[in-house]
Amino acid sequence: MISWDLIVGHYNYWIAIFLAMAGLYIVIARGNLIKKLVGLNVFQSSVFVLYISFAKVEGGTAPILLKGVDVYSNPLPHVLILTAIVVGVATTALGLALVVRIRKEYATIEEDDIHSQDESM
Amino acid sequence: MLSTHLPALVIIIPLICAPLCVLLHRKDWAFGVALLATWASFTCSILLTLQVMETGTISYAMGGWQPPYGIEIRLDALNVFVLLIVSGIGSVVTPYARNSLLLEYIEERAHMFFCAYLLCLCGLMGVAVTGDAFNLFVFLEISSLSSYVLIALGSDRRALTAAYQYLVMGTIGATFIVIAIGLLYQATGTLNMADIAKRLPEAGYTNRTVIAAFAFLVIGAALKIALFPLHQWLPNAYTYAPNIVSAFLAATATKVSVYILLRFIFSVFGVEFSFGTLPTALPLMILAGLAMFLPSIVACFQMNVKRVLAYSSVAQIGYMILGLTFVSVAGLTASILHLFNHALMKGALFLVLGAVFYRIGSCNIDRMAGLARQMPWTMAAFVGGGLSLVGIPLTAGFISKWYLILAALEKGWWYVAILIVISSLIAVIYVWRVIEAAYFREAPDDLKNVKEAPMSLLLPAWIMVIANFYFGIETSVSVGISEIAAQALMGGG
Repeated sequence: MISWDLIVGHYNYWIAIFLAMAGLYIVIARGNLIKKLVGLNVFQSSVFVLYISFAKVEGGTAPILLKGVDVYSNPLPHVLILTAIVVGVATTALGLALVVRIRKEYATIEEDDIHSQDESM
Repeated sequence: MLSTHLPALVIIIPLICAPLCVLLHRKDWAFGVALLATWASFTCSILLTLQVMETGTISYAMGGWQPPYGIEIRLDALNVFVLLIVSGIGSVVTPYARNSLLLEYIEERAHMFFCAYLLCLCGLMGVAVTGDAFNLFVFLEISSLSSYVLIALGSDRRALTAAYQYLVMGTIGATFIVIAIGLLYQATGTLNMADIAKRLPEAGYTNRTVIAAFAFLVIGAALKIALFPLHQWLPNAYTYAPNIVSAFLAATATKVSVYILLRFIFSVFGVEFSFGTLPTALPLMILAGLAMFLPSIVACFQMNVKRVLAYSSVAQIGYMILGLTFVSVAGLTASILHLFNHALMKGALFLVLGAVFYRIGSCNIDRMAGLARQMPWTMAAFVGGGLSLVGIPLTAGFISKWYLILAALEKGWWYVAILIVISSLIAVIYVWRVIEAAYFREAPDDLKNVKEAPMSLLLPAWIMVIANFYFGIETSVSVGISEIAAQALMGGG
């Protein structure tokens, strides 16, 4: 049932899945708070790729009215992702701001060190 | 004229007032604006509730763009009920904010606090009113981002790490929800939730895209709800957040996430798909059952009372999820009712703790010893809220547990009913520990001369406590709306 075409034909999904898993792995496995945010960003980017790639219509052009063109890519998911990117930027900015404050208070951005400082209190 | 635009006004008022708070810059002015905005939103919510009860579902086309192409605001009984919870809690909590200890710490940044607070309120209410799936995600992120800011304002430095942890978990949850919405759009070609519901049967229930969307949505929402075992962010966030923020978030944020789960499982995917095609009920029921017990037991061993209440919140979420897994009108009624009643009791208890913290600078059980002699009104309010949390008759907590047990018995699951009762008994233990310390132990020497909390803190706390008793006796409103909402959800509404 699972054919070669199915695997190759959905390569954009494989890329999205790979990015998502790589991002999640970084979030879980890394103790450095900045690296965790990077992982979170990679994870969010995978969703951007997912949305943008499934909106592509084969042979379609950018959704701008042109004479002699009648196949366009679907602009709606692209616009949605514009919003999602803004949300992602806000999240990253807030996350980094928190890391700055954490570093001021704990003098470290390694999760284990922060943990041991809290434990010893 | 104005009344036709109420569905939009209810979220636009706090949205516009939020930057206004920053521009005004003065603490008192920002407070005034926030107070007016929350009370105006609450008034709008009450008017909308009356309107929905009278005429049924309201559909409002945002900016005049007709659904399903434009963003629709769609209000049925469930929406207005959640809206009422959020705005009602907001309007009780705001007056409290002025004198809460928080402002002593960040006095010069109070206008910023009120800005983030109004944005959070706007986001939560936006989730409750919108009929558009992607719009729901945007509002969810508005409320989440501002709640990370609010939690990070806590005076303890651990508030920062708690906020960071919540940010990571919350973002993963929200991103899962976006993936689900994207997959749904792929399968149906629409973002309007009512429209998705209509077109899903055409896409076919065995469609793998739809099944994947469902899985992503449930996990994403469960992260936001803090359903056991995805609750790791919650105890720290509630413990180290400023008291006022704990009270507001504990009473509203997870409730709105439960709403998202209910709305998608029952209205968008439909009962037939969620519980017929997929075996959703059993895993959720097991998790709900674990949530009712394990966090409750953990709560019994905590020294910080805010932490006790935070773990108890995770346990109470178990009841809400348990109700929905019955897949019956009675079960859903209990779930929705508990949304409301739990908001009342946790709001009351966290507000009381804020008053305690205001006087003794700690929420530790040992420090609260003998406090009932110095702060009789505050501790009496705690007892009132605690009774409701346990589920003693004549309190709101009793009503929701009663309906939950009835729903279990209706299914013939008497053992589930017994489990509900046993887990309530664990609540007796952790509530009693606090009461025992406050009423029967000697106060520490340095705390012998503590004064009663100021009126501005006591009054909101008591309003919430009295609401607990009021809705425990006069149940026609809360049960009535819950039943209508449950019937609409089960009917595929």
